[in-house]
Amino acid sequence: MVSDRIAQVERILDGIMDPEMPFLTITELGMIQGCALDEKGSVVIRLTPTYSGCPATDAIQDDIKTALKPVEPHFRIEVVHAPAWTTDWISPEAREKMRLNGIAPPEGTSVDKAFLLGKSQIVPCPRCASNDTRLVSPFGSTACKAHFQCNACAEPFDHFKCF
Amino acid sequence: MEAQEHEWILRLADDALVLAQRLSEWCSHGPALEEDIALSNIALDLLGQARAMLTLAGGREGRGRDEDALAYFRTDSEYRNALLVELPNGHFGDTITRQMLFDQFAVLRYDALANQSVDLELSAIASKALKEVRYHAAHSSQWVVRLGDGTEESHQRVQESLNVLWPYTEELFEDDAVSQACAAAGILPLNASFKEVWSSQVQSILSEATLSIPESKALLTGGRNGRHTEHLSYMLAEMQVLQRTYPGAEW
Repeated sequence: MVSDRIAQVERILDGIMDPEMPFLTITELGMIQGCALDEKGSVVIRLTPTYSGCPATDAIQDDIKTALKPVEPHFRIEVVHAPAWTTDWISPEAREKMRLNGIAPPEGTSVDKAFLLGKSQIVPCPRCASNDTRLVSPFGSTACKAHFQCNACAEPFDHFKCF
Repeated sequence: MEAQEHEWILRLADDALVLAQRLSEWCSHGPALEEDIALSNIALDLLGQARAMLTLAGGREGRGRDEDALAYFRTDSEYRNALLVELPNGHFGDTITRQMLFDQFAVLRYDALANQSVDLELSAIASKALKEVRYHAAHSSQWVVRLGDGTEESHQRVQESLNVLWPYTEELFEDDAVSQACAAAGILPLNASFKEVWSSQVQSILSEATLSIPESKALLTGGRNGRHTEHLSYMLAEMQVLQRTYPGAEW
């Protein structure tokens, strides 16, 4: 059954973790743009990278191949660029998981772009929830993060940029 | 038309690739840890943009060349980047001033590509790249203001950076048969069309930075046709040595 094959692939994809944030799946991050059968009967997995240069994209493709090979002999990964990935696709549950793991999730939506344009934006501390935080550096440990520090509890933390 | 568009995509890709390689030379040499990370992150974004565009160019060309073949097995005279991005990094002020001048241009070019181009694959790559270069532009522009309007020493040094770099900016806005054909086909507007907005934005950053545009009338150009400075040859020698010595090596 066609739908069974797709469903099985989707179920496996739902279990693949992001290498940089191993508490989030690539589906929760909005990186899977759907699965479908092509004219030759292969399952096509449409994967969108987060940032153009994110090195995890290669690792994620390897992880997908490793996970699918034992169960689905005919599949291929298609890297799609449009529409461009946005943090708006990250689910509320995933944002909460980020917070619990010490990462301040993206605030608001990419449409207001306040952060992107360098305007100040309130990023609450994931540890003590204080709004009294400051940007240490607009670039952090990975392409998707900026580096903040909390003025209230002094905790340094990563902020997943609104993008 | 296909040949001209191929040429045009290589120009775009090579600007990103060569600047990425330059910026990656800062890795572990940054003036502060945060800036080291920032320059490396910017390099990574640019490298990703270059990879996507080289993959596209190689695929359409139909000669079996992938991103690696195009990056590692073209000689300096086959590279199509603007001279500005191949210049040696100099000190941090030189690097960040060059970055600001380039970022402000890249934002306009990707914006046009993302929102006006009839080439949907290219515009898809550009729409992601646009968000990235906007972020880079905010960062590099802030640094130019901080250094220009900083101490007497930082002001003087970054003014010198600007004096050296400025004559290379004109090349970004040059047009030729390739860019004219691509503009006519609706792929991207003429390079000259970006000049006015770029000039006014750069002028406003430089004013805030208390820096002045040098009086130079010199025009340094040639990169789009493969006539480069010797700096590119040395840079490529280092970048390509492994693949040229052990073709296809992987790890």
